[in-house]
Amino acid sequence: MDSLFVQAFVYLAAALVVVPIAKRLGLGSVLGYLLAGLLIGPWGLHLVGAEGGQDVMHFAEFGVVMMLFLVGLELDPATLWRLRGPILGLGGLQVLGTATVVAGIALALGLPWQQAVALGLILAMSSTAIALQSLAEKGLMKSDAGQKSFAVLLFQDIAVIPMLAVFPLLATVTVAGGGEGEGHGASFVDHLPAWQHGAVVLGAISAVVGAGRFLVRPAMRAVAQTGLREMFTAAALLLVIGVTLLMSLVGLSPALGTFLAGVVLANSEYRHELESDIEPFKGLLLGLFFIAVGASIDFGLLLDGPVKIVGLLVGVIGVKIGLLLALGRAFGARRDQGAILAVALCQVGEFAFVLFSFAGQSGVLPDDIIRPMVAVTALSMAASPLLLAVNERFVLPRLVTVKAETRESDVEDEHNPVIVAGYGRFGQIAGRFLRANGIGVTGVDVDSELMDVLGKFGQKVFYGDASRLDLLRAAGAGTAKVLIVAVDQHAKAMEIVHTARKHFPHLTILARARGRTEAYELIDAGVEEVYRETFDTSLRVGADALRALGVHAYVALRGARTFRRYDEQSVRELAALRNDQAKLVSTARERVSALSTALQADLRGAHGFGDHAWDSETIREGLGLVPPSEASAAPEPAHEPDATTEA
Amino acid sequence: MSHGSGERGTTRLRAAPRGASGRVLVLVAHPAMHRSRVNRVLASSILGIEGVTVHDLYDAYPDFDIDVKREQALLLAHPIIVWQHPFYWYSTPAILKEWQDLVLEFGWAYGPGGHALNGKTFLSAITTGGPDTAYQPGGYNRFTIRQLLAPIEQSMHLCGIRTLPPFVVHGSHRLTDADIEHSAVGYRRVIEALRDGRLDPDRLDGPSLAAATLTDSILAPGA
Repeated sequence: MDSLFVQAFVYLAAALVVVPIAKRLGLGSVLGYLLAGLLIGPWGLHLVGAEGGQDVMHFAEFGVVMMLFLVGLELDPATLWRLRGPILGLGGLQVLGTATVVAGIALALGLPWQQAVALGLILAMSSTAIALQSLAEKGLMKSDAGQKSFAVLLFQDIAVIPMLAVFPLLATVTVAGGGEGEGHGASFVDHLPAWQHGAVVLGAISAVVGAGRFLVRPAMRAVAQTGLREMFTAAALLLVIGVTLLMSLVGLSPALGTFLAGVVLANSEYRHELESDIEPFKGLLLGLFFIAVGASIDFGLLLDGPVKIVGLLVGVIGVKIGLLLALGRAFGARRDQGAILAVALCQVGEFAFVLFSFAGQSGVLPDDIIRPMVAVTALSMAASPLLLAVNERFVLPRLVTVKAETRESDVEDEHNPVIVAGYGRFGQIAGRFLRANGIGVTGVDVDSELMDVLGKFGQKVFYGDASRLDLLRAAGAGTAKVLIVAVDQHAKAMEIVHTARKHFPHLTILARARGRTEAYELIDAGVEEVYRETFDTSLRVGADALRALGVHAYVALRGARTFRRYDEQSVRELAALRNDQAKLVSTARERVSALSTALQADLRGAHGFGDHAWDSETIREGLGLVPPSEASAAPEPAHEPDATTEA
Repeated sequence: MSHGSGERGTTRLRAAPRGASGRVLVLVAHPAMHRSRVNRVLASSILGIEGVTVHDLYDAYPDFDIDVKREQALLLAHPIIVWQHPFYWYSTPAILKEWQDLVLEFGWAYGPGGHALNGKTFLSAITTGGPDTAYQPGGYNRFTIRQLLAPIEQSMHLCGIRTLPPFVVHGSHRLTDADIEHSAVGYRRVIEALRDGRLDPDRLDGPSLAAATLTDSILAPGA
């Protein structure tokens, strides 16, 4: 127990120290975890041994399983069906192509063909964990490169199964302990004849789909009725672990099984609940997994034969990148998307660890090949976040339609007074409006596809991440007057705001906020104007609904204005209180009831906020012509608590 | 206090900050200030003067959503009120009418208990397209400026506010830049004299308070 706590302490502490630093340096969290692993591993502070690291890695692989479940939840069956072309075509060709090229090289280096084929198949694998985590962190999952990466990774997951079946046939080395593998290899179906094996596998898949469709919903409803939050978490974990067990039992990849379960549940009303329950486990386990990978990197081998290891590393990555670039192009990816795809998948993945150990046990590969290749695998996983960062910073800007060189000079010449960070559906409207008024606008966005579309309409937008100081400077933040932050990811928006506030304090910042909470944070960070993205539109809908109910248009308009003024004022007031939860709630209640009192008074025809001049009734009362009415005697609305109002 | 100073003529007019106070409150109303020749220069000439608050209504309320409480607070914080605007259809731009309707509340500015503005002084500072000769009986516009301003003067009277003869810049379309600059200097002198209490209201009863007529004769004795 003590040692478990000590281990947990070491891992968590390492992650907490290193990951924020890595993130701060723009290296991404994956590289941070890997570095944390290096730090505590046998080649760093030696707080965990190589063996311990291996054990933890096997345990933490469950994080990958959870990640695939979450990916499945985001992907409903229709979308998955749409992706069948890329999955089979692109994925299939990636695995076959990489295997063929690697095997060819291995043959040329004098390996027997069986070993060459096994090596090729293993090295064709990419790391789902690293690729998806990195792409998601950069907000690229929905991009062309993200979708294609995902398709390839999914195919690789499927391909592991036949590989495990084929490996024993490739055995060239006699193994002392016999051919029975562990983990993915061991299942009771291995002893069945092929048709029964197939039937069991099909049955298991049907069971997952069927249960997802017909069993999970009622079960979740029953769990929800208990009203206990931890029951939901338990149910979600049970679901994922159950599917994992079932899949292992029939010799399928657990990741694939949970992915399938996720897809089946993608349209269910419990999707978000499941997501938020599994997410933290996934995050921690994946982090643990990356740390374990970092700790398991064998620097001894690297020091013994640095040329050999580095050569292998460069060779493997080179082959994978080259092939992916070609395939990406063949499948219609634009150059920059192809580059992201190639670099995202250039590492050898976590499945390789499993496959190498299986290959060792079943006598396919000798130990003197496996050991350096495992080191290469780990190093390639460590290298790929770095390569992604390099790609993003130095390669992509050159590939995008607007070239980096011309960008610099253009910006210099233009001296645009306005920079719009995030030129999607939000930023675009502001940008178009400004341009229509003859104001020069420098648009910056990370979505290069969007840029092409905009380019066709003569709208120039630059590629880049506006949270980076050098990019903001290149975009002319030094001379601009206004910065519009219109990106849709709140964390990104906050980064941009912090960078701009710190280095370009003269800029007036107008920022898009998702909702109140985000608005509070932006106000806290010193943003002058904050715009909740749906506020104005929904208020207009509300006013139009009033009109549809027969309220006079001008009264409805004024009501909406009043509401808006009060609401915006309250956001500012509450922003100051947001760390004091109790005060926040009570103040929010007060504001809501005050506003409601005032608006209702307005509708009743009494003066809510100062329409006295248009209210002849007040004058009649003032002149003593009629007795004072209840409505017009209403005191200052802001101090009038109203028990009937919902807070 | 009014806004921080800037270069004359280039400073953008703005709404007065909340809680501003001083001697003279100048409510500027021009819906297209950037196209204005005269009003912009006039307003710029009094920006940043000690004790003078310049308040651009179209900047403060671009959608006419006038904040009554804020406007009333501004009125209470200044003994002298000036409206500066072009003379549209023998009256004010629309926002000043809206301002009147909303801010000068029954029971506050007039009517029973409506004494908040009693004793204040009011000045119209207006620009017209026509020459001064047009504004007289038999002229193109048939009435004098002061006659045409009667509804406003009476509104002020109802609120217990004394109205001074208007400050008028005539024939704005034909003025040269030098003429405009000359008017602006006169305008600034009037505003400063008002601020310092050097204008003697009892000596002011003419049809208008053109810059040229602002001689020592109307300055309070000993000022």
